[in-house]
Amino acid sequence: MTNEQKRQVVIPGEVIVSGDDFLPGDGTEKTEKGIIALKFGLAEEINKLVKVIPLSGVYNPRRGNVVIGKVENINFNGWIIDIDAPENAFLSVAEVPRYVNKDGLDEVMDLGDMVVAKIWNINKRGIDLSLKSRGLGKINEGIIMKINPNKVPRIIGKEGSMIKMVKDETRCNITVGQNGFVWIIGDNIEDELFAKKAILFVAEKSYIPGLTEEVEKWFAKEKGGEKSAN
Amino acid sequence: MALEEARSKMDKFQTTSNVTGKRIRQYLEKNKRFDGRKLDEFRNIEVEVGVSKKAEGSARVRIGKTEVIVGVKLGLGTPYSDSPNKGNLMTTVELTPLSSPRFEAGPPKFRAIEIGRVIDRGIRESKVINFEGLCIKEGEKVWTIFVDIYSMNDDGNLMDAAGIGAVVALKNAKMPKYDEKTGTIVYGELTDKKLPLKKDIPISITAHKIGNSIIVDPTQEEEDLSETRVTIGFSDGIISSMQKGESTSITPEEMGEVFEIIEKSWKDVFKKIEKFVK
Repeated sequence: MTNEQKRQVVIPGEVIVSGDDFLPGDGTEKTEKGIIALKFGLAEEINKLVKVIPLSGVYNPRRGNVVIGKVENINFNGWIIDIDAPENAFLSVAEVPRYVNKDGLDEVMDLGDMVVAKIWNINKRGIDLSLKSRGLGKINEGIIMKINPNKVPRIIGKEGSMIKMVKDETRCNITVGQNGFVWIIGDNIEDELFAKKAILFVAEKSYIPGLTEEVEKWFAKEKGGEKSAN
Repeated sequence: MALEEARSKMDKFQTTSNVTGKRIRQYLEKNKRFDGRKLDEFRNIEVEVGVSKKAEGSARVRIGKTEVIVGVKLGLGTPYSDSPNKGNLMTTVELTPLSSPRFEAGPPKFRAIEIGRVIDRGIRESKVINFEGLCIKEGEKVWTIFVDIYSMNDDGNLMDAAGIGAVVALKNAKMPKYDEKTGTIVYGELTDKKLPLKKDIPISITAHKIGNSIIVDPTQEEEDLSETRVTIGFSDGIISSMQKGESTSITPEEMGEVFEIIEKSWKDVFKKIEKFVK
């Protein structure tokens, strides 16, 4: 019996297994009745550890995640960034690796600008972001789209295999934030729209096994159609 | 930075980011849209009738992800003194907080009032409702039609969705039973009689101007960038109402373009909702 066959769809509060033989993992909780699901998703049991892979829900920020957010407000010493999490995040001037004029924070990043940043700390005061790493910074060009954050692992694939395939096929540069924002930048409009379509396809079909082959097929079909249309 | 300036910027870019805005404009210059549609193309329209059990007529309209529910209710009222033999029409729009993070609970704000008035005018001025047919006793008692529009989800173009919903709900509404002895309505019992409507289908379509392009059926992102908005309510080529919104001006040439694009999309929309309005 493979792992896929053992998965079952659960809703919050549903008892997944009863008895003391199992350990509760992510998205579950142990109660008197047994281990119950806290999220809507697929329940999975590996080596007596029960966990739920969520199918929907809001982004849950974690330290080290690369996220894409929008400048919501400007403070005297930083920017308030909306990363579509339960809470807004804060990007301090000290975490921007360049000279910033304290009187002109909006010259660096203005309201409504998008930024790729990394979560470097989460505490009870809030979420702190940083730009001190490669590939982080303000987004000047390209299109931004939003997908369900729970599908981000499927979009990226095993060790980035899926996103690499989409990048190669569409000739676009793609950055996926863990909070579900995707930044696409290509040479022309057609490539960008094609990349957007591809990502929507992957996100929609994310639940099926053998996704990579399916996406390969999709690309072959779409590319064939593109050629015959020209 | 001045606080007022920051405020006005915040209002403007409440949800659409600068990069997306820039790209949408660049795309439109090449006659392409953000979601791959043509400039004069509507999103998929879905219509469902009879969604409310208690209402005399109701409809749910989806345009892409935008969704509205419209209910038509009939009540008794006294006629206005300048039109003693005519019934009344009241249109209200409620933009519910669950439909968008931009809407807040409380009394209707500018946008809700505007949509309500535009829809009301579109229906009233097209003369689709035969108001004389709503008279029970001249000068004393007439039917009042309440059209209540609720937004379920806002992804742009609530105005057109509300307009389509209002027409479909009116066309499918049935008169409630009227008890002549007591002079009251027997709620819960509907007659087979439809409302006194004419054959016209007054639909209002909104065109938006972004840069030098005129588009219809904007998504939320496009609506944010809209510089000028023109809503035209008409039925089979006869214009009955018009409304211009947003702050930028519009030239006569652009207005001609607006007429063309709206007439074309009216036909598309009409084809999609035709079977619900017979």
